[in-house]
Formats: sequence, structure tokens, C-alpha cells
Amino acid sequence: MTPVVEVRRAQRGASKPARDEILGRVRSALAGVEPDREPVAAPPGVRAADLVARFAERVADYRATVVHRAPGDVAVSVAAALPSGARVVVPPGLPDDLRAAVAGAVVDDGLSAAELDEIDAVVTCCRVAIAETGTIVLDHAPDQGRRAVTLVPDRHVCVVRAHQVVADVPDAVAVLDPERPLTWISGPSATSDIELDRVEGVHGPRVLHVIVVEETG
Amino acid sequence: MTHTFVGMPPFPTAAREALADTQLRHNLVHATATIRGKRAGVVAEVENWEELRLAGAAVKDRALRGLDERLVQLEESLTARGAVVHWARDAAEANRVVVDVARRHGVDEVVKVKSMVTQEIGLNEALQAAGIAAWETDLAELIVQLGGDLPSHILVPAIHRNRAEIRDIFRRRMAEAGRPAPADLSDDPAALAAAARAHLREKFLRARMAVSGANFAVADTGTLVVVESEGNGRMCLTLPDVLVSVVGIEKVVPTWAELDPLLRLLPRSSTGERMNPYTSTWSGVTPGDGPQEVHVVLLDNGRTRALADDVGRQALRCIRCSACLNVCPVYERVGGHAYGSVYPGPIGAILNPLLKGTGDPQTDSLPYASSLCGACFEACPVRIDIPEVLVHLRSKVVDGHREDRVPKPEAIAMRSAAWTLSRGPRLGFAERLTGTGLGVARRFGAARWTSARDLPAAPRESFRAWWRRTDGRLDDSGG
Repeated sequence: MTPVVEVRRAQRGASKPARDEILGRVRSALAGVEPDREPVAAPPGVRAADLVARFAERVADYRATVVHRAPGDVAVSVAAALPSGARVVVPPGLPDDLRAAVAGAVVDDGLSAAELDEIDAVVTCCRVAIAETGTIVLDHAPDQGRRAVTLVPDRHVCVVRAHQVVADVPDAVAVLDPERPLTWISGPSATSDIELDRVEGVHGPRVLHVIVVEETG
Repeated sequence: MTHTFVGMPPFPTAAREALADTQLRHNLVHATATIRGKRAGVVAEVENWEELRLAGAAVKDRALRGLDERLVQLEESLTARGAVVHWARDAAEANRVVVDVARRHGVDEVVKVKSMVTQEIGLNEALQAAGIAAWETDLAELIVQLGGDLPSHILVPAIHRNRAEIRDIFRRRMAEAGRPAPADLSDDPAALAAAARAHLREKFLRARMAVSGANFAVADTGTLVVVESEGNGRMCLTLPDVLVSVVGIEKVVPTWAELDPLLRLLPRSSTGERMNPYTSTWSGVTPGDGPQEVHVVLLDNGRTRALADDVGRQALRCIRCSACLNVCPVYERVGGHAYGSVYPGPIGAILNPLLKGTGDPQTDSLPYASSLCGACFEACPVRIDIPEVLVHLRSKVVDGHREDRVPKPEAIAMRSAAWTLSRGPRLGFAERLTGTGLGVARRFGAARWTSARDLPAAPRESFRAWWRRTDGRLDDSGG
């Protein structure tokens, strides 16, 4: 770590006059302005009666595929979401019931970007899902893998457990840990840069397949 | 291949040229109407939208009103999580930091996430001058870069280009920048997007360094946030070894929880979606995942000047959603280039003078590029009262000319009016000359005024003359 520490020391030294001057300018710009101490309390989010149904409806709006399954059928659904012969990568912490569905999959152990580019699909879990916006959030824990794993392959199969679905954005922000890298995904990658015509599939996975697992009992 | 806004003419001149471009006007009307419709639909879904706007404005105000403490806190939390924090007073300092990092790693190219701030500081040109290629990876930015063009909208920088023009740009220019476009490329948006995917993928896979901006920087956790659609942002933020993020000091959000209203407001206001396809957040370096060397450049470049303006300070709440552009009757007709800045539209008309200061003819023309209709204020998710700031800046522009040796015609007219109106007899005398005066004005010299306005017809009789004649009795109105 020495080089980074040296770099840091050198550069902080170099930009110290800039730092002091900017902070000085800020202080004189704010002379006589009282800071607000209390965090802002935002209004509550929307809370649908049936969170899982709302989540599925909103995911489908983004032209992602979404299916509901009972716990016993998850493995079958995962296998069905993968085209035959697809090369699949999975994160090292994928639960056993899902791992069984992708027996031939490569387990990510730090694959290079070029190696990931040769792979067709990835199967992961998620940290939380947001009903109102149809969003899945990854915090890149071992059952979801590094960020690159869910980015480079063209098809992302994501398993969402019904208890992971929260109502709206504030509920998700409350449970997420900002110290972890987070990826919020709302449908497949898309662009509207050409005449505002929406096109699904640019650089991120062009296919997003969400499997919602209903809990029993 | 790269162009800048330097040397742009004042708004009225640039606007006249833009208005003559019928293709541009057609593209703009279509694009702005489409986004307006989408935005209206998803905003209507949120019952407490007005409360949410108040909360968004309050969060940004809280960040700005304690900005010195927030910035120190942000620096501490970033440093604690392994990021290297730099401070830059102006564009040149920020560019130097990025170029130095690139040189230290010996890279001759960087991939870039779409970012307003790096356009503001002219980073691509600075990198180019240092022999380092900067590849824009957002589809619209790629279109602008390959076309040797300038962005014309905050969210959709190539809003002025239609599909046929984009196909031509790709076919002519992709080959010199890397992987060529397919020879049989059609003008179908899906085919054009696929060509961009193939062209940029080789760059993502080999890039060792990326440059980004940030939509938000959370002070208490040291978290940067990038909101995007295409996945090019994720590619840049994830695959290279080195990441440099240039962040304006006004991007600070005090706490992680206060990010919530902003994440609810931005996508609905910006692209008219409930949520944008991808939002990435990161706090410094994550061992084994993503870039292992992370730099953050905190940039002033005029923001403290805006902060010092009691009325204008609110413009720093801006979250760059571009809703104000899409509802503006002026923007819809002239497009973004006429504003001569990376920040066009109503927000650009206030942000440019606030950041740069008034005094330059191009900048001074911007606060007048508005009819003060107020649509921008209604659309703004963080409630920036743009008309209020426009009027305030107009007064600053006028104040800047009070000491001119040769006063402007408007100033002479106002001074004469003040002299005339301040004494009854003077006004009475002037009234008798109204008809003659208007006739003279119509003949000589008022052409610049009457090109866009009507001169009123003079009444046959002044009020005083009528009163003297009738003693105020309406039945004797004479008429």
C-alpha cells in the first residue's frame, strides 16, 4: 500500500492551498448564514397493498421478464431462463438450491473482463427490491458477486425472495449499507438518445430476467 | 474532433441562426414534447410530489448552508475509505489533476462517463493536449464527439440530430476512433445502438483508467452516486483499475438517508421514468471489486461565487435533470447551442452568469433569454425560482453599466423618462408632444425596438387636455 499512501501525501500537499482557499471562499460566501442542523425528513413513499404484485408489474413495464415461483420450483425456473448451451457464471456465494440449477456454471474467482465477455449469462440473488419503481438493488455480497460479474454478460437472471421486496425508495435506502458498492437496476440497459425512441440493450445486460420466489407459510 | 463553446456570439445572434434551422426546430419540438409527456405521466403518479419537491430543496439547501463543514466531512469519509481527495479552484487545476493521474499510470486513453462538469472544465481538450484520448461512452455524447459537434441538451446532448444524421456520422467517423460501423448500418435506433455497443465494448474491455462526474456526493458516508441508463457508466466505474471523479462542490448531500428524496425526484423529472435503469454508488475503494485506485477532485470553478449571491445561491440546488429545458418555450424554439454553454436553457441562463460573473456580452445576454413565464420554476424538482434569479441577474447586468461613459439607449430613455415623469408640468409638456414624438420615432431609429414589438398609436387627446375640456364629465367625452 506504500505507493498509494505516498501519492496521497504528495497530492494533499499539492492541493492544500486550493483546499484552504476554497473552504475560505465558502466561509466568506456563507457569512451570516445559519446552517440547518436537523436532517430533512422526506415525505413517506407509496405503499402498494400487494408489494410483490406491484413489483412484478413495474419490472414488466421496463420490458424485463418477470415470473413468480413457489420455492420448490426456483431451480427449474432458473434453468428455464438460460438458453441451452449458454455459458453461465455464478458468484461464489450463490445458495445451493440455485447452484444445483446451473451445474455447469463457472464460479467467479476474479475472472478478467475479457473472460467475462466470453460468458453469456449470470445468475445472482439481490439485496433488496423496490415495488414502486420495479428496481432490484445489488450490494455485491457473495450471493451477488463482484460488480463486473452482473455487468459484462448479456443476460442477468436475478432471484428475488418475496420478503426482500420493500415498498418504495426510502424503505430501500434505510436497509442498504452505503459502505458497500451498490447497483440499482431497473430493467435492462436502455437508451432514448436517438429521437427519444427507447431502445433496450446498450452496454449493460440486454436481457433482465427476474424470478420472484413466493414464500410459503 | 473536439469543439468548445469559446467565442460564441450573444444569445440574440445565436438564436436567430438557430431559428432559421427548420430541421433543428422539428427535432426539438418532437423531443421536448415527448419528454414533457412522459414526465407529466410519472409525476402525476406521486400524490405528495409537492412535498417531495420541498424535501429535495431542503436537503440541497441544508448541504449548501453548511457547505464548509460538509466538504470537510466528505473529504474525511472519502479518505477513510481509501480515496485520494484533490481540491481544484478552477478548470485548469482540475484538468491538471486528471492529466497527472493519467501520466503517472502511463495511459494514452481514458473512458468517460457522461458528465456535465468535465465538459464545463474542457477536460477532453486538456487530455487531448497532453496526448491522451478521452472516449465519451454515453451514446449521445459519442454522437456529439464523433460528429465534432457540441452538446445541446443536458440529458439528451444529441437532441438536435435525427436518426439519418446519426447513421451518417457513425458510418463516416467510427473507423478513425476504433471499431468501424457495419457497412450496411441502417438508421433504425436499435441498429445504431448496437453499433455503439460494439464500437465501445473494445474500449471498455481494455481501458485502464476512467473519468466520471457524480450526481451526488454523500458527506457522512463518502459515497458518490452516478445515475444513468445505458450501462456505460457501470462499465467505466467497474472495469478500469483507476477511477477519477470530478465533483462540483455543490453536489454534496449531508447524509445517506437524505439521498432518498433526490433519488425519487431525479428520474421522474429527467427521463420521465419511475427509476432510471442503473444507479451506481461507491464509497472509496472496495478491495477485490472495481477500481483499486480512486480519486475525487472537488471543484469550485465559480461555485463559491454563486454561493455568495443571496438570491442566486438556490441555483446550486440544481440536480441537472433538464426538466426546465423541456418546458421552456424559448429553449424549445432555439435549442441548446444558442446559449453558448454546456448549461443551456433556463438553468443555463442563470447558472452561467452566477458561475462566471456578469460583464461579458455573451453571459450578460443570457438572463434576457426568457419570457419569465415561470414554467421552469413549476417543473423544477428542487424548486429553483429561476424567474426570480433571472430578474435579479438582469438588474446586475444593468448595474454593471451604470458607470459607462457612453450609456446604452435604454439607459438614456429611462433617465429621460425619470426626468419627465418627476414633475407635472414636464409631463404635461411631453404629452402634447406624444403624437409628434411617436411619429418621429417610427420614422427614425426605433426600428430595433419595433422589429419585435408594436409602438402604440398616440391618443388623439391627452388625459389632461380631455379634463380641461370636459371637467371630467363623461357625457361630454367629445370623442
